[in-house]
Amino acid sequence: MATFFGEVLSVYSRAVEEDEYEDMTNENEEDEQIRREIEEKRSVEVCWLLGSQDGPLQCSDLIIGAGPNASGFIRAYLLSTVGWTAVAWLSFWNERSRGSERPTVVPGPGEPSCVLYRLESCPTVLICQCQGFVAEDQLFQFTEKVFSCVQTRDLNVTILSDCSSADYKTSDYLSGSSTPFLRCLKTSTYTHTVTCPPLEQPNICSGLAAAVLSHCQVHQISAVLYQCYSDVLHPDSASMQMFAATLSSVLKLEQSLSADVLQRVTRVSEIQSNLYT
Amino acid sequence: MFISSGDAVPSFKGFTLILPAVSVGNVGQLAVDLLISTLNMPRVGYFHTDCLIPMAGNNPYASSTEDAAQLSTSAEVYSHRDLKLAVLQIRAPIIQTKVKSFRKLMISWMKSSGFLRTVLLSSAHAYQRDDQQLHGTPLRYMLSPSLEKEERQRFEELGWREMEKISVFPGISDSEQRLYIPGGGVTKCLYTDCCTEDVPMAVVLIFCSEGDNIPDAFALINCLNDWLHLLEKPTQGSVQWRVPPSWKLLFGSGIPPLLF
Repeated sequence: MATFFGEVLSVYSRAVEEDEYEDMTNENEEDEQIRREIEEKRSVEVCWLLGSQDGPLQCSDLIIGAGPNASGFIRAYLLSTVGWTAVAWLSFWNERSRGSERPTVVPGPGEPSCVLYRLESCPTVLICQCQGFVAEDQLFQFTEKVFSCVQTRDLNVTILSDCSSADYKTSDYLSGSSTPFLRCLKTSTYTHTVTCPPLEQPNICSGLAAAVLSHCQVHQISAVLYQCYSDVLHPDSASMQMFAATLSSVLKLEQSLSADVLQRVTRVSEIQSNLYT
Repeated sequence: MFISSGDAVPSFKGFTLILPAVSVGNVGQLAVDLLISTLNMPRVGYFHTDCLIPMAGNNPYASSTEDAAQLSTSAEVYSHRDLKLAVLQIRAPIIQTKVKSFRKLMISWMKSSGFLRTVLLSSAHAYQRDDQQLHGTPLRYMLSPSLEKEERQRFEELGWREMEKISVFPGISDSEQRLYIPGGGVTKCLYTDCCTEDVPMAVVLIFCSEGDNIPDAFALINCLNDWLHLLEKPTQGSVQWRVPPSWKLLFGSGIPPLLF
């Protein structure tokens, strides 16, 4: 776009980035070496915590929590009860990670991480709690690694995910009293009843939830995604409690035990948001 | 790679493949949406690859409540057996570092599937047109060498214009000419690959700006239909393309009533 003064300004496009494709054509050996090193640094690795585990785990139900509210719900309602054992974790690095290398030690509680837990009373129930940012180019590999840890025969996947209500498109205006609310997407092989309305077009899901759901659809794994739309920027207890009804067919939740943990999960962000801190 | 959605792997031998480029205004993608929606094409497979950003949603072409909850992913293949037509719809951008992998994937799939020809629907930035490109229709075509022999005569009869080559250094006479498709995304690379790999490909593109690109999509798909005759054109007027329900709310949600 030429201006009055004759300078040419690049126009933003929602579809393509300017002049990126041209630079890809002439790459030399050094460029390819750098690219390979970057890909190696950004690769996702499975680290087993069980001593003798070398193959996929038997699994009938896999619950994946992606996003602050979903991870907080898993922490408050599920992991705070006794009987969960960490069996594996995924090690990966990207620009938003802490430190400059891929982590080699088990992440502590509350650190950005992705840990796989198993229920001791029913060992075929697994939880995958994903805290922290997975980059766009890592989502596919990340999903493949998660599903390489479990047997996919007769597997049922439940994905819990967060989304801002600002991204929700509807012809009627969305008032504040209707948030938070749930919407669902399910694969063609999912046969159970869902606990909330389906996600209407033109709304879509993206990120890790979309990567997992696409993997399940392509490989004909029974899966359902529950997406919680919230107008609060930080994790809040009202959004987390929305997920409770979605897991009633898989697990029995302890309602009373979670109140204290729920307070602790949400209080962290309240302190951070203080004006005087 | 391509994964079939049913038990039987569909055969694409002798089929025409139509796919969009993720380019300015998403015009190719919108045009492909019109084609799939109007012809009511069933989905026959997925293109499962790490080169595309993951996304998922419910059926964008739903015509009733029964099929509204069919899950849709980043890249899916639809086919029409009678018309010998296969359509690959790409709904997400290509990851920048994986463009080369994507091109290799596409070329190998086109070759192994035995498509008769491939049509790439694309667009380019209107504001970067050369002076000679300002006149006449905004539509252009490009043909790979193996398709040039068969179709050039046909395109000239239709009155189509071939994409012009631009001087590398404007103003200098006898300057080297190059193909320049700003905002075309993967269009130029894919076309160049098809030329070198002897894959029959035609590129149909339109000059446009970002904004309400629905008219551009209609212009592009009407142009394609003039060539391939996928739908019967009525004697008076144009083809009645069916707008998919996923096109609603293109410019956002409802307005808060308290604003007034």
